[in-house]
Amino acid sequence: MRFSGLRVLKEGLTGNKGWKPHWRDPEPKAEYDIVIIGGGGHGLATAYYLAKEHGLTNIAVLEKGYIGGGNVGRNTTIIRANYFLQGNSEFYSHSLKLWEGLEEDLNYNVMHSQRGIINLFHSDGQRDARARQGNMMLSQGDDAILLGRDELRGMLPYLDFDNGRFPIYGGLYHPRGGTARHDAVAWGFARGADQRGVDLLQNCEVTGIDIESGKVKGVQTSRGPIRAKKVAMVVAGRSSQVAAMAGMTLPIESHVLQAFVTEGLKPVIDNVVTFGMGHFYISQSDKGGLVFGGDLDYYASYAARGNLPTAEHVMEAGMALMPMIGKAKMLRSWGGIMDMSPDGSPIIDRTHIDGLYLNCGWNYGGFKAVPGSGNVFAHLIATDRYHENATRYQLDRFRTGRGIIDEESKGSQHNLH
Amino acid sequence: MRITCPICGERDRREFYYKGHAVSLDRPAPDAGEEAWDNYVYLRENPAGETRDLWQHEGGCGAWIEVTRNTVTHEITATRLVSEAKS
Ligand SMILES: Cc1cc2nc3c(=O)[nH]c(=O)nc-3n(C[C@H](O)[C@H](O)[C@H](O)COP(=O)(O)OP(=O)(O)OC[C@H]3O[C@@H](n4cnc5c(N)ncnc54)[C@H](O)[C@@H]3O)c2cc1C
Ligand SMILES: [Zn+2]
Repeated sequence: MRFSGLRVLKEGLTGNKGWKPHWRDPEPKAEYDIVIIGGGGHGLATAYYLAKEHGLTNIAVLEKGYIGGGNVGRNTTIIRANYFLQGNSEFYSHSLKLWEGLEEDLNYNVMHSQRGIINLFHSDGQRDARARQGNMMLSQGDDAILLGRDELRGMLPYLDFDNGRFPIYGGLYHPRGGTARHDAVAWGFARGADQRGVDLLQNCEVTGIDIESGKVKGVQTSRGPIRAKKVAMVVAGRSSQVAAMAGMTLPIESHVLQAFVTEGLKPVIDNVVTFGMGHFYISQSDKGGLVFGGDLDYYASYAARGNLPTAEHVMEAGMALMPMIGKAKMLRSWGGIMDMSPDGSPIIDRTHIDGLYLNCGWNYGGFKAVPGSGNVFAHLIATDRYHENATRYQLDRFRTGRGIIDEESKGSQHNLH
Repeated sequence: MRITCPICGERDRREFYYKGHAVSLDRPAPDAGEEAWDNYVYLRENPAGETRDLWQHEGGCGAWIEVTRNTVTHEITATRLVSEAKS
């Protein structure tokens, strides 16, 4: 089934009876060439690119819940390529380029909207740091514009520019940054992978990884054992538990990140805006809800709900920045479990077990990475070589101390990234 | 969440700074080797269930506290001063 304007028109005139489920619901086979553990954005994108770019289709994606039920359906959907350090810089730039062709590639409306991101600054020191970051973005071939206070006033008149404590000096504008509809990204990749023959197995929890003489042989699941020549672990916040099934301890700590949404309002916030003096960022969804969030709850947690002190901080920061939002009613808040790494950067690598691959450590920024991560991870699994845009995401950088990618120089404490 | 400081009693979570897993108490010898240091600085058991982690009562008496806590339910089952945990 292909989507097109004509198709929408035809279905609209014939009672919308011709739409089919977007993917099959197959029974597990006894064996696959490649088993991917985790049907989030990264697992689905990995399956899609393995099929599309490497012609490998004897693949299953094993998801313990339902497609889109993890962080891929819980995030605040911000997409950007504004990283500073080598390693991250070329990777996120690559991912953003894939986003720009994604809807045509998938024949799926993921509502990718390049509405621009503005990171505000509130002091001379912050201005210098943002200018330096902007230069790096330009040198990696992406876009960045340093805006002064007056230009910003024209664009974002609703900000409290003269806040007594945190006056706004300006902002770094990244026009190609923006948002997308997170569920549609999961569905689009799922459909694309399924169409190419990948089996998406939902309600299929992996409970063990079979290893013989240092080589992976398959997995144990709630729907029976499945043999596989290669197994990829892509389970975000649950990475430590799944890796433990292979006897591995990871440099990951799981933390909760919250998000909030208000009732639907008329269009009022056109871009993505981030506060420079407190943990608060915001955009407006196409349904009209103001979608915003802040920082982690700060202590290791697997509870997919948030604590009140963080909710309070986010609300206070939002009120300090744009008092008008105090009039909106908050509808919902929720949390997701983040796989925090000790340098804030991800891991995309082989493991010491033959045929077992690892993709984790996305911290709170893995949504924008979905196409890039799937693309480079598929390359690694298919060819056993690092993709040119992901040569520095090795697992052993921590043990050896070589090649740590600590974007904000925050040290090794997981929750500070 | 409320945490019982052994010195000040039960207090709001906001008064405490979170450091991370109590593995931080077991600092290896300088020459203990790569593996021991990897384990100390980076690797984490990261259990979904009971864990021991370190908090400082920074908004109170300043004591460092080892907290035994469930990462799924957020239930706290024990707290003691780090000085006791280490002895
Ligand atoms: C509130 C919030 C806001 C965020 N905002 C942003 C943002 O604005 N921009 C951005 O770039 N990123 C953001 N993120 C981060 C981003 O959502 C994640 O980094 C990313 O989604 C993680 O990758 P994933 O999609 O593959 O994870 P998930 O969707 O969590 O996929 C992992 C899957 O593995 C499955 N699984 C786990 N264990 C097993 C098992 N044993 N067997 C089988 N399956 C298993 C899970 O059920 C899950 O579906 C945010 C996250 C949260 C929570
Ligand atoms: Zn105290």
